[in-house]
Amino acid sequence: MRVEQIAVFLENKSGRLAEITSILADNGINIRALSVADTADFGILRLIVDKVEAAEQALRGAGFTVGKTNVIAVEVPDRTGGLAMVLKSIKEANLNVEYMYAFVNKTGENAVLIFRFEEMDRAIETLLKDGFTILESQQIYNL
Amino acid sequence: MANNKTTYWEAEMETLPRAGLESIQLRRLQHLIERVYRTVEPYRRKMDTAGIKPEDIRSLADLARLPFTLKEDLRDNYPFGMFTVPLDEVVRVHASSGTTGKPTVVGYTKKDIDTWANLMARALACAGTSSGDMVHNAYGYGLFTGGLGAHYGAEKLGATVIPVSGGNTKRQITIMKDFGSTVLLSTPSYALNLAETMEEMGIAPQDLALRVGIFGAEPWSENMREEVERKLNLRAVDIYGLSEVIGPGVAMECLQTTKGMHIFEDHFLPEIIDPVTGEVLPPGEQGELVFTTLTKEAFPVIRYRTKDISSLCYDTCECGRTLVRMGKVTGRTDDMLIIRGVNVFPSQVEHVLIGIDGVEPHYQIIVERDGSMDTMTVEVEISDKVFSDEIKQLEQLTRQITHDIKDILGVTCRVKLVNPRAIQRSEGKAQRVIDKRKI
Repeated sequence: MRVEQIAVFLENKSGRLAEITSILADNGINIRALSVADTADFGILRLIVDKVEAAEQALRGAGFTVGKTNVIAVEVPDRTGGLAMVLKSIKEANLNVEYMYAFVNKTGENAVLIFRFEEMDRAIETLLKDGFTILESQQIYNL
Repeated sequence: MANNKTTYWEAEMETLPRAGLESIQLRRLQHLIERVYRTVEPYRRKMDTAGIKPEDIRSLADLARLPFTLKEDLRDNYPFGMFTVPLDEVVRVHASSGTTGKPTVVGYTKKDIDTWANLMARALACAGTSSGDMVHNAYGYGLFTGGLGAHYGAEKLGATVIPVSGGNTKRQITIMKDFGSTVLLSTPSYALNLAETMEEMGIAPQDLALRVGIFGAEPWSENMREEVERKLNLRAVDIYGLSEVIGPGVAMECLQTTKGMHIFEDHFLPEIIDPVTGEVLPPGEQGELVFTTLTKEAFPVIRYRTKDISSLCYDTCECGRTLVRMGKVTGRTDDMLIIRGVNVFPSQVEHVLIGIDGVEPHYQIIVERDGSMDTMTVEVEISDKVFSDEIKQLEQLTRQITHDIKDILGVTCRVKLVNPRAIQRSEGKAQRVIDKRKI
């Protein structure tokens, strides 16, 4: 029910993002989704990739600070109100979202929402109970 | 771990009762002043100006009446103007790097080289080194006194010396592993560099036979000691020396305590002074360390101001040595940054960083002037251990570092997290401060 996400520390310096993406490309790693969170001084790049171990190794080898976290991927129909429905269920369960980002899959029918919660287990329980589809790692990597 | 039985090289001199030691010191001091007054014009001139004659030195307390010798005095008489013997009696010269001006040149007679080797052998024995050891000497060979000074002492002791010098870190590790090095001599920052490179090469400290590390030539903290000991699986001890006095082997920590380094007082007479007023401070107080050499022939110094901040402790040591101990050097009078009127030593920043769980002591201090305001930025490398995918965690970390620095140093700084190894690793002395202020 959980998907592994890679987080990379981004020094506030030009060209860092380009460097990371070309390292991944050189190692034949495909990015499924990404988001950048930033402050005035630094950023955090969060990535869902098809080969987690390989990506982690390649980036660490190039001198980047890398971490791994579990996130939840929720699939919703790509239409108005899709995200709102999920957030309503989360709000009613009093769950705190640490961060989230989204992407639309290739066919364009569904959107995938990536969530990180403070209470991951309870979030999974709540979302399943309310009838949402939670994707497994393999499903994301194969999208 | 090394065993804790005291090993002496010259037991009698190292355990002399104070009265006996002081009488030797006075005799040697009187002889020195008389000789220097007679042979070195710059010293004679200074003493004449101060109205002191050699015969005025009747007790050790009279030392305080003599003028100080500054690095500038040595530079003004560059290269050989402070030598007391003709050059044909000088068998070797060393020089300090002249990063802030002309280098300072020091000379040694045959007897000086022998004295030095003997004191360095004392220092090595003090750290439990014996003839059975394989000494990996990673101090730089050349004009710097570290390499050759340690080398001659280790040979005198009868140990096997690997004169590996600085640099080429991977090869050094291979050599340590293949040759079975038991004693490592290097700067503390290079020891950390070795530890990191070992990690990259997949070599565990247990794969090496290192037992003790003798680290010096730059100030380092207790926290850094713990880190080096953990990462290299050895006992880390501190050594002190400077080329103007003789080189490494002026003072040495024993294995019994970590409360300072024994100064080889039968050869070097120490004082602690107030760096501003020049007044001699009582034992225990922090101030600038000043040395008078008692036995050197070619290049003796009288009340030489080291610019190192330390203190002296005359308590009896568990190792049995009666020699005074100097505290770890906590800073330099000229490394001292004055930021918005507050005195800041880089070692204090290091102390703060190691105190925070998971933070590595890899940092750089950047000082700038914005209008009429000094700003201090501390760049800290972010390790996998403290990294988080959440902004708020990293912001919490920078807030904690800022808070702790403010707490201990009394200065508000900006903390910038940077990638590991973004801060240039040193193969010798670490460059901790970049001062961009144009004053």
